[in-house]
Amino acid sequence: MTFSRKTTLSALALSSVFCLVAATFMGCGGGATASVSPPPPSEPGIPYKKFADAVHAVMMADRTVYASKVVTRLKKQDAPVEPSEYWEDEDHTIPLPAQMFRMGSELVFENPEAGFTYALKSKWPLNEQNRPKSEFEVKALDYIAEHPDENFYGEEELGGDKYFVAAYADKAVAEACWSCHNDHGNREDDYPEFKKDDVMGGVIVRVPMQ
Amino acid sequence: MKGAKRLWLWFIGVNVALVGVILYSAMAPGALTKTMLLPGETSHGHYQIEMRCDVCHTEGNGIREDACLDCHAEELRLAKDTHPSSKFNDPVNAEMLATLDAQSCLTCHREHVQEQTLEMGLTMPSDYCYHCHQETLESRPSHANFAFDSCATAGCHNYHDNRALYENFLNKHASEEDFLAEMVGLVRPEKTPVFTAPNKNTAGLAAENTADISAEITADAPETFPSDPVILEEWASTAHAAAGVNCSDCHAPLTVSDTSTPNQPSETEPTWDAAVSHETCGRCHEQQLETFLQGHHGMRLAQDLSPMTPAQARLPMHVDAAHRELDCNACHTGHRFDTTFASVDACLTCHNDDHSNAFLQTSHFQAWQSELAGDSPQGSGVTCATCHMPRLEDDDGEVWVQHNQNANLRPNEKMIREVCMHCHGLAFSIDALADRELIRQCFGSSPSKHVESVDLAQSWFEEKERQKEARRKKRQSK
Repeated sequence: MTFSRKTTLSALALSSVFCLVAATFMGCGGGATASVSPPPPSEPGIPYKKFADAVHAVMMADRTVYASKVVTRLKKQDAPVEPSEYWEDEDHTIPLPAQMFRMGSELVFENPEAGFTYALKSKWPLNEQNRPKSEFEVKALDYIAEHPDENFYGEEELGGDKYFVAAYADKAVAEACWSCHNDHGNREDDYPEFKKDDVMGGVIVRVPMQ
Repeated sequence: MKGAKRLWLWFIGVNVALVGVILYSAMAPGALTKTMLLPGETSHGHYQIEMRCDVCHTEGNGIREDACLDCHAEELRLAKDTHPSSKFNDPVNAEMLATLDAQSCLTCHREHVQEQTLEMGLTMPSDYCYHCHQETLESRPSHANFAFDSCATAGCHNYHDNRALYENFLNKHASEEDFLAEMVGLVRPEKTPVFTAPNKNTAGLAAENTADISAEITADAPETFPSDPVILEEWASTAHAAAGVNCSDCHAPLTVSDTSTPNQPSETEPTWDAAVSHETCGRCHEQQLETFLQGHHGMRLAQDLSPMTPAQARLPMHVDAAHRELDCNACHTGHRFDTTFASVDACLTCHNDDHSNAFLQTSHFQAWQSELAGDSPQGSGVTCATCHMPRLEDDDGEVWVQHNQNANLRPNEKMIREVCMHCHGLAFSIDALADRELIRQCFGSSPSKHVESVDLAQSWFEEKERQKEARRKKRQSK
């Protein structure tokens, strides 16, 4: 099989046009990728533990301010407003500090952009729904009850997703807290008689692991 | 040859008709032909708008994610929903959600499965509380013998709205008498105008008001429009005339573009129209229109379908009212917009079920008659609207009339705080609303059964108080 010179030249010309067209398109599309400057160095991520400690610090600071600067102040002034468990349905009442904390947690649950969740749990819950639900939560609450000055960290898989979990002791800091709990109608017979600095429960912070 | 030509014409005609039907089904929002595509009978709550598939479905016949909340989100917010979806966002609930996905409305409320649809559109077995609240049998000894399918069916609990059923509320109102000594709540602020036939005393009735109003406001109907003295007198006796709402405000309202550019010359002159649309009413009565469009009366209009008619209803209706179209004017007729007529007579013009018909034999109706006769205080009468379209107070303290007559029936315990407790004790109200036969008789007598919830709550609080006292004594003795 032989080709004439004319045929060969035509083939080469066609090949050139094809390459030119291909190069043009590559330049507009695929080629552009090559010409893009390299991505900036990725920011170093915050370690899960550091992130959990940080958000826990913020939430505890907010609750302390609400309890000491708002609720206590109102009480001291004999203000015609008092904290009540049934604040939504009773006039001249405001939420209890623990309810304020829980409402914040619910808002974070509603926010898909938050990137973490948190909840207040207890081995001795006044509301059954706040009892630890996973093995990890049980273990964590047991640990912080026995080691009040330590936190508990670990990883947990829930519904096929992996989470970094941190548990922090929730202590009895104000007399109003433990006296209300000790006398609450929902308490079980084996409920502890809480006093100052006792661990009453724990804050569980969960961060989804990438 | 002639036969072949005829065959071709017939063939083309059939195809054109077929394509026309398909296009009509696909393009027209409320095309009747869509009934052929319905996978099953639509529920009581949605059948009115079943021709608007796109309200709930995506183009690929999937289900729109926000379809339920588009219409029901505000209702759930006001109900202080006990089980909002966000409550289950804690990842630790993953295992529980695998058993019962409480984050999807469709887990409990499927559509087009009428054969398995229970009250409140529930399409799963009614013992669903079992999945998450098994501990109740142990933590509440009083509940040990209760079946899980009775939690929400015996007048004790609801899944979403427990505003009148939660423990503290039950206990606080436990000692109330069946009939309160004094009526509480919102009443009609001024005497309801008495409607009489136009050919009798209307002129005289209206004259009392007309004399003053006419000095300030004159009807502005165009001269070419035949004026009717009865219409003018009716209008002059209303709050509309008193507030300066003239004929043109309703019959020749400015279009949106006119109002949005007040300093620009109007491109289209408002044209006079004898009919008044619900949108026109809604320009001033915003909440009333909004809620009217949410209920069974107005939900077709909300979805750009033709107005609801009694003929389309599943409840028994009067045959001679079959083709009345439900818009604002259906109940607020003529130019008097008579709330007395709208409160009872308008309802009974169409509704022909046992409950509606029994109303005229009840003490509620007698109280209404007594009020109308001037023998009882203003607001002491009870009408259909008293219960089904109650006066409510919004967050800003504004009083308005709920026009979604279904709002407090989903479930009917919603009526307890909004309506019943204005005159009755809590326990009596719960008992009455749980008594099916009494509902059929329109509450013509006293409840025949008793729901234990108030007693249980009261006993529980008393027991807790005893325990509290014992603990106090124990601490003091130490």
